[in-house]
Order: sequence, then C-alpha cells, then structure tokens
Amino acid sequence: MIIAVLSGKGGTGKTTVALNLARSFGTPVQLLDCDVEEPNAHLFLPGEVRCTESVSVPVPKVDEAKCDACGKCSEICQFNAIISLKTKPLVFSELCHSCGGCALVCPQKAISEVPKFIGLIETIKYQSIFLIQGRLNVGVAMSPPLIKEVKLRLLPNMPVILDAPPGTSCPVITTVKDADVAVLVTEPTPFGLHDLELAVEMVKEIGPPFGVVVNRVGIGDDRVHEYCEKNRIPILAEIPDDRQIAEAYSRGEIIVDVLPRYRKVFENLLISIKKLAKKEE
Amino acid sequence: MKIAVTTSGENLSSPLDSRFGRTPKFLIYDTDKEEFYVIDNTQNLNAPQGAGIQAAQNVAKEGVSAVITGHCGPKAFHVLKTAGIKVFYSNAKTVSEALEEFKSGRLTEATGADVEGHWV
Repeated sequence: MIIAVLSGKGGTGKTTVALNLARSFGTPVQLLDCDVEEPNAHLFLPGEVRCTESVSVPVPKVDEAKCDACGKCSEICQFNAIISLKTKPLVFSELCHSCGGCALVCPQKAISEVPKFIGLIETIKYQSIFLIQGRLNVGVAMSPPLIKEVKLRLLPNMPVILDAPPGTSCPVITTVKDADVAVLVTEPTPFGLHDLELAVEMVKEIGPPFGVVVNRVGIGDDRVHEYCEKNRIPILAEIPDDRQIAEAYSRGEIIVDVLPRYRKVFENLLISIKKLAKKEE
Repeated sequence: MKIAVTTSGENLSSPLDSRFGRTPKFLIYDTDKEEFYVIDNTQNLNAPQGAGIQAAQNVAKEGVSAVITGHCGPKAFHVLKTAGIKVFYSNAKTVSEALEEFKSGRLTEATGADVEGHWV
C-alpha cells in the first residue's frame, strides 16, 4: 500500500502525520521524503545515512565544429532550453526537461547528451523506518526528476508513505501519482480551506481515494468541516491544537513516542486509511 | 536601422513597458524610413520559464539592431548579445519619448542584464 500525505498549504503538518503514521505501523515501513527542496523528515529520525547516491539528468552539449547552425534543435525545444538564431546554439541547461529531442533532430549529429548533477538521494534507517530522501542541489529549478528517482527506490514488499512537498503543482503531482490512497492534511483556517480545495481538485484529477486530516483543531473556524461534509470527503483524523505537540515537534520528537495519549489517534487514522484503500479495490 | 521598443500599446504615444520578457508587444521602429509596426510578443505557453529568451528570439526575427526597454534579465541579454542586438535601458513614459532619447544619444548601450533572472 502506498499512502501519499499532502496538503495545499505549507506548514499544516504533512511531516508530522507522515512520521506518526510510519511509527504506528509497527512493522517495517518505507518513508519517502519527496519534499526534495526542503527535506525535513530526517530531523526526527536520528539514524545514520546508510547510502548516498547522486542523481543527474541528461542535457544537450553542442559540438560547434559539427554544427551548421540550421536551427532545428531550437525549433523542437518547447522550453527555450536551446536557442539558435541561425547561429551556433546557446544552451540554457536549467530550462531543459531532458526530452532528448534536440539530439534526435540534429542532422549533423552535433548534439550529445551529457549528465547534469541535480541532487542527492540518501537512505537512512531508524528502527523499523526506512527513510529515503531527495536533496535538490541549490540553484536547480525543477524538482520532479529527483522526485521520480526517489520513487524508483520504492520497495514492493512493505508499506510506503510518501511525504509530499506543499502546493498543487508538478512536484506534488509527481509525488501523488501511483499512490493507492491520499491523505490531505489541513488546518481549520480560511487559508487551510482555500488550499485544501485546490488540493482536492488536484487529487480528483489524479484519481486515488482520499480523505482529510484536520490538524490544530481548536483554532480558526468550522468551514473546513462544513466543506468536507458538503462534499462528502471523509475526515480521517483530527489532531487538536496542543502546545505539547508543538514543543515535541520543535525538539525533533515524534508525537506517538512522547505523548502516548495520541497513539490511538494515529492508529485509528491508519485503520481509516486502510479501509479507504480497500473500498477502492 | 530597426529598433524594438517594449510597449503595451499600438502606437508611438503608447506607454513604454518596463519589462522585456513579458512585455505584451514590441513596436518596431525603422529609423531610415521613419515608419513603425507593432508585433505581439507571442509566447509558447508550454514554457513557464524562459519568457525573456522567447522575447529575444521574437525581436531577432524582425531583424532589429537595438532594443529599448526598462529592464532585461541575464538569459534574454545573452540571447540578444548573441544575435548582435544592442540593449538600451530607459525610464521614458512613452515609446516616442524613448525613441527621442535614443536619437539624441541620451541612452547608453547596456553592458549587461540589470535584473536577476526570475522563476515563475
């Protein structure tokens, strides 16, 4: 079972939910931190880095001696990553989506593809949690290629939790694709509701069954609950606005480890998620 | 020579647009014939990034020798330079004011981009 934990709004508690779910399994579980621009799950899992791999993507390199400035590479590129004004082409590798089209259409075979380093993948083991995290190199603008690489390390023989980046754009879509079930974390504020609505629209397009976790219940208003009720979206769990949770978080502690009274909340959340996934089958 | 001026309007009294990459239109002025025409700054909407690069290609296709605009980022500047197009920055209110500044030699050729590249 692959569970994606996401949220439209940042800072609603994706990592908190993902980590506590992982702890609630009790059996070996993979946690994939797909927020490669700012991975933070490792802060709560003080295991050693067992393996570090570097990830590259192919980008074009022009052999100017062979190039006759025909401009075909520039015509096929949809992202302005290679530009020819009837001159030898300029390459903007940071815009390249690595489709390889320019190298294919070049009649002079003047374009080859060379690797461009985009980031690292680290594997950390802490008790029964196997954490795989991507770390995008500073200055790299596109995270989906690294997220895809993180997801390639998904093991088929154990449950997987995907901790998504915030938002509803390409990096989140890349993360949520092929999940069996999606958990949308939100807070009961107008901002939380606004971004929850965007996330719901996105998840509906992708297709997995989904439910909502309302975090910091007690602040804000009732509009998130009303929205879920009206749209028949199940609320899978509610986590109260508790200062002790925030304090534990700030110390890098996992709630179910240090505040036993919340164990039931996450165990029940896991049961609800499993039911949701089953219903779909 | 032909000069491209960034603008949101259709004629010489239209306002100068301070953006290069995301300007709605270019007014192409021919200094020899003292005539002009306007082109749309057509953008490939598949590309959320690289507006400046596309804009530079658009003006290069018109065969201009110079661009007058408010600001220009590093990628656009690089493409313009490769195409042999000079860049001039102006704070003028209108296209005709900017062209007057240019003709009277009050604008100096830019040696580089004056703003950072931006990601959308």
